[in-house]
Amino acid sequence: MSTHATTAANHDHDDVQHHVRRYLFVFYALLFGTAITVGASYIQFGNREINIGVALAIAITKACLVACYFMHLISEKKMIYIILGFTAFFFVGLMFLTLASYANPPSLTVTH
Amino acid sequence: MEIPYTTEPRPDTGLYNAKLGIWLFLASEVMLFGALFSTYILLRVGAVEGHWPHGWLNVPIGTFNTLVLISSSITTVLAWAACKMKRYDRFKFWHACTILAAITFVCVKSYEYHDKFTHYEINLNDGRIADGHLVRQSADEVVIHGHFVKDRKELFDLKAPGLEKAEHKELEFKRSEIKKMENYGPWHHTYLAIYFTLTGLHALHVIGGALVIGFLWGPGGKLWKSDPERFTNRIEVSGLFWHFVDLVWIFLFPVLYLL
Repeated sequence: MSTHATTAANHDHDDVQHHVRRYLFVFYALLFGTAITVGASYIQFGNREINIGVALAIAITKACLVACYFMHLISEKKMIYIILGFTAFFFVGLMFLTLASYANPPSLTVTH
Repeated sequence: MEIPYTTEPRPDTGLYNAKLGIWLFLASEVMLFGALFSTYILLRVGAVEGHWPHGWLNVPIGTFNTLVLISSSITTVLAWAACKMKRYDRFKFWHACTILAAITFVCVKSYEYHDKFTHYEINLNDGRIADGHLVRQSADEVVIHGHFVKDRKELFDLKAPGLEKAEHKELEFKRSEIKKMENYGPWHHTYLAIYFTLTGLHALHVIGGALVIGFLWGPGGKLWKSDPERFTNRIEVSGLFWHFVDLVWIFLFPVLYLL
């Protein structure tokens, strides 16, 4: 029994050590992502929307790296995914309502 | 239904209770910051063309703060990994680095806020507009280090080539010459209002997270001796909150500083 417990503990220890290498890799990726975020902001893609799209794409990639690896979301339980699924639904709904309200102002609103 | 303090995963959720709790809390935080981000979007797209400022924030300082928070994220996860590997000494080292990074972030943010509160736009009675940082003021006079602009619209892009090359010097004004003098606080422009709201709320989260991590690093550390697994779970849960704070900044930085 104690041998089994020691083996399980060693396995855990090795797992975490393996993960530490992965964490460091993600850290370097985040540093690189920050550098290209700043660099891309100085490039004029010709269209403001493209600049915004590029910045957000890099930010979302960095956020996914933090969420998946630092927050261990990549190996989480189903309950967490269910909670985050609801969160994503309401977040998208919030953004949609925001843009829909801009596109459809009340009748007496002065628009520029 | 019992919700005891336990490190055992519940059979129905597969998680220990604190982890479920923190993810539910983070879900609510997503909606909190999401509401403010959607406010920003609405204000930004609704602004009159040419009246939304650019160049009002210092990009190198913002980049530095981003690197500080990213570094604090890796030190947080390494602190948790150290707990999993039963290395309390390494946990203490890594979380000390996390706390140091948090203090650095807040200090830099304070410096940025101070810069805004000492940056003035002065409208004179003769119609001229001056813009610069306060050097000194008294009952009779105001001295700023800045420049004049021909049109207020020029102030909306402080990084424009013409303005960057403008000669900045000490400008003295008698108070009787001044029609209006306003610093770059949240009242100065809608952009600054949403900037201070977003970054102020974020900074409060940084301070709160740092206090919790500081407690666990300090007096809360005695739980390691009596129940190391429960202590490790506390480190994981507080780390999740910290990563969320970093996540918010990953979006805040490009939105406010770069776009």
